[in-house]
Amino acid sequence: MSDERRKWHERLNVTLWTLIIPPTVWAGHFLFSYLWAAISCAKEGAFAKFPTLFVAGTVLALAIILLSGWIAHRQTGMRGDSPPHDEGTEIDRLRFLAKSTLLLAGLSFVGVLFTALPVVFIGDCR
Amino acid sequence: MAGGVLAVSALVLTGCNRHQSALAPFGLEARSTLGLTVVLTIGAAAIALAVAAIYVAAARAPEGRLSHKGGMRLVLWLGAIIPTVVLTALLLWALPAMRPLPAEAGDLRIRVEGEQFWWRVAYRPPGAPPLFSANEVRLPVGRTVVFELAATDVVHSFWIPGLAGKMDMIPGRTNRLVVKADKPGTYRGVCAEFCGLSHALMAFDVIAMEPAAFDAWLAAARTAPPRPQDRGAALFAREGCASCHAVADNGTRDIGPDLTRFGERLTLGAGILAPTPENTAAFIRDPHRFKPGARMPAYAHLSEDEALALARWLKRTSPEEGR
Ligand code: HEC
Ligand SMILES: [Cu+2]
Repeated sequence: MSDERRKWHERLNVTLWTLIIPPTVWAGHFLFSYLWAAISCAKEGAFAKFPTLFVAGTVLALAIILLSGWIAHRQTGMRGDSPPHDEGTEIDRLRFLAKSTLLLAGLSFVGVLFTALPVVFIGDCR
Repeated sequence: MAGGVLAVSALVLTGCNRHQSALAPFGLEARSTLGLTVVLTIGAAAIALAVAAIYVAAARAPEGRLSHKGGMRLVLWLGAIIPTVVLTALLLWALPAMRPLPAEAGDLRIRVEGEQFWWRVAYRPPGAPPLFSANEVRLPVGRTVVFELAATDVVHSFWIPGLAGKMDMIPGRTNRLVVKADKPGTYRGVCAEFCGLSHALMAFDVIAMEPAAFDAWLAAARTAPPRPQDRGAALFAREGCASCHAVADNGTRDIGPDLTRFGERLTLGAGILAPTPENTAAFIRDPHRFKPGARMPAYAHLSEDEALALARWLKRTSPEEGR
């Protein structure tokens, strides 16, 4: 398959670097949420009234995770090499990374949601 | 079976201890926490049983019965999707219970300060002067009460298991714990943060009262029980007890427990001894026998008779009392 014939998301090959995008986004969102709550409690004595920034940040984080999960999902669908499976090949590596990215994206998506929920429910500094 | 055993042991445990147990709630917060505990425990037991049953079924299945595809599907559903849904549901259900109860400006505030190894208490009803006490907390059932918790020496933790979760008492800051009792009775609270030698001997009585009875008590408590100028009074003055204790307007509340209504207390020495005159006399002569490290000097030079006279005088709740 030549590069020209592949769609853009297929041309974006998953690598070890793109594998860590979903968990990194999750970690960033986690840190951001806690810092935001701690700083607004310390400085204002209360949660911000309209946490627009928080909502936007959460939506952005979820969107990035969804996107990388979707790209990875498309790549797990690629056809593997035919037997004999005597050694690792490029395509095997790609499929493995894609599957791992997909699983991590699922985990990170839920992680971001679970981090965001307490803010919605508690809204109190105590 | 595990669920059954747990339910039974919970019953047995509450049977043993109705006064100081998160399994015998008398307030809103403890009640909702107990609900969570029961559901989580039974749920966890049910899941453990179900997993064991699947193991057994898989191990016993005849050859060729299980497919790789079916196994992977099982892992996807039972290993990922269902746990996520269950955890999300539990989170959504439990989070509202973490919200502090709402309190208004007109609610009764009770300030409690932890000190090695006793509790300084001040009732601050809205629009009235504070009422001081120690080692005992009374609160009206059905009304919101705001505890303001602080400490003067080291970190303590204020825990009334039947009422609400514990809250730390930290020197230099005031923590707020909003509670609502819903069942009258006599309960017990403890210090839940190691604070020194007698940490395990730092408890207090909690008396949840009907609102009308509470109001009547609060009003009556403002007049100190009259004490005669007898031998007890003379000893109290001679031994300088007022340099650490207050009896009505005489003395200080900054160092030791307020003794104005000591006669009313259900226990002696912050929840550890029966409040008899004999125990009180023994405590005065040698507090460290009962509480190692207590910040009260021993009055070993007092004769038993003198100590008893002091104890009787302190324990007076009314002038007629001729004990
Ligand atoms: C140096 C300060 C100090 C002096 C002086 C002192 N006490 Fe105490 N007393 C304390 C402290 C502190 C406690 C709390 C001990 C504890 O429970 O850890 C206490 C506790 C008590 C208690 C138990 C209170 C309760 O609520 O159960 C009694 C009764 C008592 N003292 C009587 C006396 C008498 C009578 C004298 C005088 C002979 C006296 N004290 C002198 C500091 C003092
Ligand atoms: Cu303590």
